Amino acid sequence: MSVTLDIRLKRANKVYHEGETVAGVILLVCREALQHHGITLSMEGLVNLQLSSKSVGVFEAFYNSVKPIQLISSNIEVAKAGKVPAGKTEIPFEFPLNTKGNKVLYETYHGVFVNIQYTLRCDMKRSLLAKDLSRNCEFIVHSQPQKAKVVPTPVNFTITPDTLQNIRERTALPKFLIRGHLDATNCVISQPLTGEVVVENSDVPIKSIELQLVRVETCGCAEGYARDATEIQNIQIAEGDVCHSLAIPIYMVFPRLFTCPTLETTNFKVEFEVNIVIVLHDDHLITENFPLKLCRV
Amino acid sequence: MRARLLVLPFRQRLAHSSFILSQWRSRGRNYDAELQRCRPEAALVEFGDYHPLKPIMVTDTKTRRGTRKGSTSSSSSSSSSAPADPLSSMLDGTDPLSMFAAASASEAPAMSHSVSAGDLGRKKREKEEEVVGPDFEPWSSKRGEILARFTTTEKLSINLCMGSDKGKAPSPGSAVSEKVRTRLEELDDLEEGSQRELLNLSQQDYANRIEELNQSLKEAWASDQKVRALKIVIQCSKLLSDTSVIQFYPSKFVLITDILDTFGRLVYDRIWTMCSDPRPLPDSFTVDDVNDTAKETCLNWFFKIASIRELLPRLYVEAAILKCNRFLNKSGIQETLPRLTAMIRGIGDPLVAAYTRAYLCRVGMEVAPHLKDSLNRNFFDLLGTFRQISGDSVQNQLVLQRVEVPEYLTLYSPAINWILQCIAYRAPELLLTEMMDRCKKLGNNALLLNSVMRAFRPEFVAARATDFIGMIKDCDEAGFPKHLLFGSLGRSLACADPPESERLTILNEAWKVVTKVRNPQDYVNCAEIWVEFTCRHFTKREVNTVLADIIKHMTPDRAFEDAYPQLQSVIRKILTYFHDFSLLFSMERFLPFLDMFQKDSVRVEVCRSIMEVFIKHQVEPTRDPVILNAMLHICKTMHDSVNALTLDDEKRSLALLIIGFIRMVSFGRDFEQQLSFCVEARATFCNLEPVLVQLIHTVNQLAMETSTVMRGSHSRKTAAFVRACAAYSFITIPSLSSIFSRLSLYLLSGQVALANQCLSQADAFLKATVSILPEVPRSISVEGKLRSSESFLLDFINNFLATLLVVPDHPEHGVLYLVRGLLNMVQDYTWEDNSDAKVRVYVSALPLLAAMSQETYLYSIPKVDSNETLYGGDPKFLSEINKLCETLIGQILDHLKALGRDEQSTRRQCALAFSLFGVLLAHGDLRNNKLSQLAVNLWNLSHKHGYCETRISVRTLEYIKHQAHLPDMTHLTDTVQRLALQSRT
Repeated sequence: MSVTLDIRLKRANKVYHEGETVAGVILLVCREALQHHGITLSMEGLVNLQLSSKSVGVFEAFYNSVKPIQLISSNIEVAKAGKVPAGKTEIPFEFPLNTKGNKVLYETYHGVFVNIQYTLRCDMKRSLLAKDLSRNCEFIVHSQPQKAKVVPTPVNFTITPDTLQNIRERTALPKFLIRGHLDATNCVISQPLTGEVVVENSDVPIKSIELQLVRVETCGCAEGYARDATEIQNIQIAEGDVCHSLAIPIYMVFPRLFTCPTLETTNFKVEFEVNIVIVLHDDHLITENFPLKLCRV
Repeated sequence: MRARLLVLPFRQRLAHSSFILSQWRSRGRNYDAELQRCRPEAALVEFGDYHPLKPIMVTDTKTRRGTRKGSTSSSSSSSSSAPADPLSSMLDGTDPLSMFAAASASEAPAMSHSVSAGDLGRKKREKEEEVVGPDFEPWSSKRGEILARFTTTEKLSINLCMGSDKGKAPSPGSAVSEKVRTRLEELDDLEEGSQRELLNLSQQDYANRIEELNQSLKEAWASDQKVRALKIVIQCSKLLSDTSVIQFYPSKFVLITDILDTFGRLVYDRIWTMCSDPRPLPDSFTVDDVNDTAKETCLNWFFKIASIRELLPRLYVEAAILKCNRFLNKSGIQETLPRLTAMIRGIGDPLVAAYTRAYLCRVGMEVAPHLKDSLNRNFFDLLGTFRQISGDSVQNQLVLQRVEVPEYLTLYSPAINWILQCIAYRAPELLLTEMMDRCKKLGNNALLLNSVMRAFRPEFVAARATDFIGMIKDCDEAGFPKHLLFGSLGRSLACADPPESERLTILNEAWKVVTKVRNPQDYVNCAEIWVEFTCRHFTKREVNTVLADIIKHMTPDRAFEDAYPQLQSVIRKILTYFHDFSLLFSMERFLPFLDMFQKDSVRVEVCRSIMEVFIKHQVEPTRDPVILNAMLHICKTMHDSVNALTLDDEKRSLALLIIGFIRMVSFGRDFEQQLSFCVEARATFCNLEPVLVQLIHTVNQLAMETSTVMRGSHSRKTAAFVRACAAYSFITIPSLSSIFSRLSLYLLSGQVALANQCLSQADAFLKATVSILPEVPRSISVEGKLRSSESFLLDFINNFLATLLVVPDHPEHGVLYLVRGLLNMVQDYTWEDNSDAKVRVYVSALPLLAAMSQETYLYSIPKVDSNETLYGGDPKFLSEINKLCETLIGQILDHLKALGRDEQSTRRQCALAFSLFGVLLAHGDLRNNKLSQLAVNLWNLSHKHGYCETRISVRTLEYIKHQAHLPDMTHLTDTVQRLALQSRT
């Protein structure tokens, strides 16, 4: 006897905001009538914090104290114990997306050490002989648009051997002059990061120019904190010995789920940075770092 | 031939009715009076009346357009003046050709009509068509050319990090989790970097591998492995950044962009079908028509592609699904195109960048042809990066791969040509001028110049031809080969005319360069193009010079052997412009040029094309010795190519061409010359039977023309000439293998000889006819199928009999010598078993004999005395005829009796009896009791078994009654009363 249990949300993109109602149906398909001991549906929003293995030794005491932070939780009974008729059964449901007290619904974010996730879970209890059925479904929460207007602040940059830090032998460096600008470092998350980079001249041919998007996650409490920077994605914007003094566009779409508006709470922080990485043909690696502030409008 | 008398047994009894055989008497005929009686009263057919033989007139009434702007669509009604005509009535009064004409005529004004809301979609489509019309040469036509041109013998490699050929699709119906797992596995594969490098591939292997990838893309898509599909596409586009074996790059681009096109189509169609519930999207859908699921899927694709790490795959794949932007927002394409254009600047290798631009332009033209700006931007960026070609990176690469700069530069041509073609398509003059100026500023770059000439409108180039020549001269000699530049210029000038005053200078300047090209292959490629320009504007003298130059270049080391296609094209071009063959053949170098075609198949091909043009354009018959000699030479070449292995079709078409030539030869009044031409032609074309047949016809026609000129009475000289003609036919015919052509030609030639009063020759022809009759096989092949020859033979014999009426008896042979001979042959011929053919011949010989016994014959030949005059109705002659008739009737009756024995053949018996009855009625003198009794018996016999068609019987009876009213025929009343109609049983 095969039964499938599924949760279908009304919105195709599964995106909801605080104050809205998450609506959908529980879909049951079975060939014969099905006896069960009750169907329940629960909604939960959690922040999971994790420590990198690097940090474990240092903050052992702290390690134990990391507990998931619950943002929202509610439960309803969809059906009392009884029978589901054979065929396709749809049971509609609705959850209001409201927080209790002064809690805020953070935006969904999938990171390495910080995860903010919202799920719907449907459980069907059955007799001892049959296994209980359950089904998870993630939905996505976008935080409320920011009230203040975003004023783009263009950033110009110039990279020459002289502007570089942490290098061993400055004399061994080939000569180059790379200029450019980012249109803004306070970016709207739904809009791409844009700008231009111009290779004015370079003694050694360029091998590649890349944009590295980096997340900086900080977990902490009274005892201390752990701060880790990891790469989200690396986008190549130039390949090979590009034409000199011709502006090459900087263009990167912020990936969904892996980015969220810059977040700062008492327990954790999620920040983003972008590195412009220039690889020269002799495998010299030149990096220019720009902290970003992401927001949603 | 052997003279043999017909000795037939006299059996005179019929099975059922015992009577002594009739004594045959032919009915006396007054042909004139009969003709008078038969002639119907002439009825005039009024115009507009229906008559089946009246020509069908199709009147195409069409309102004249153009006078009024925006007139309603022209109504086109064509009606046939003969309403009952089956052909036109089927088409509802409009013939298809005028329908098409009307349709295309009404297309243009249709657009200016006010359009109702429902028509909006159609209108939009029309608008799109307006942007890219059929005159835009599509990519598909360039594809093959590029693949053929950019080849390599070096070994290629494909470097894919694709994951092993897992190929196993998730079993249908498997749980979703499993699907997720396979996807994850696939991703793992990718991350593990399970690289696969295929080395040492030949070019063909490479193409095959790419095609395999194309197939596995389709399979992956069909089995719902979208991730795998995307991965294949990414890996393929990654191959485009590899410029090792650079000579092959353009072809590689063609192969791989095919995959990208497939992918783009698949994604678009998938999203399209997602929206087609409940009803399919209209072609002109807007964003609002697209449902959320489809939008989400589409968005997903774009996000996925935006996160592709490497630049080149990201660009290519996004360009491939550019069209999908239509599902998301209105301005998507408009915003994406400039962005992608700018992103291409990040590609360091100029060749890779140029081809990426070409692909973007190609997709852009397909999806949004009205967005011209990004096309221009692409071109300007391309110009901006041109200096890279001379940069170190490129030069080092060329040294490494051992590729010369000129060869490297030609690799750019397809991409730049395509971009320029897109830009130049229906572009205003101003833009083109601007483009040209920009190119000029770049130091007269030959590569660009070449592309400009290839892509811009020929009229534009032609008008500035002198400028272009100047620019070509200024070009750097080391870079792009100049003959290619002149080739491109020549190609434009072949379709559009430069100002008249400049033409000669242009030709001189161009040829100065062309003639200096050393490599014969390069030379002929270029020369071939310029021949057209020369033919178009200049006379025989210049063309002759050009031909001489080509011969001079191509003869050393037999270079022509590798250039047959180009040389053939030269001939074709000359033939397009020169239709006057006396002019053509008087070109000194034309025939020597033909001599360069030394490979048999090519030679025949060329001759054939010349002949085709000759037949099409030579309207007047000719006797020009120059033409005749040359054509004879050409035809002989074609004829000599025929051998045992030549296909029948091939022979037939060659023969047709030669016949076409022979028909065009006329020496006017110089008949002897014409005859000697035929003699020569016979010797030359002896292997092609249809040509011989034509020659015999020509000679026969010649004889008849002579007779016309002499108004029927030959002088001594002309008589000798027509005898010569007859002799020609007489000795030519036996060489034909087809028995029926021999038979009919003998008969025809006999008739011609008779008409020209060559009695002994006519006799010889007819004797020959009779003597070869036994050789007719019982079955012949008609269009490849074996068919019984009986019906053909019967037809021929009837025809022959009709001729025999006017052939006078030979004084040295007996009476009716030929008729008897024929009948003997008929008797001895091995007819098919169970066939009445022999008796049918007997039945049809009776009317001839009856006609021969008339006082004046039905027809005669002027100046030839037929038997009527020779015998003057001699009773002995008549009785000879009657005896012969009796013998024949006896034979027929015997046969009838034999048929009566067998149940199955009663139907045949009845038909035969009825036909003999008909003959008796028409030609026999029924006043004779016995004959009339025989007729009645035959009537009864034919009706005995009820096989006769009553309708025919009734009409026959009516006819006899009608005849009985005429004077001299009253005796028929008796007979009629004895003929009983049988009711159907």
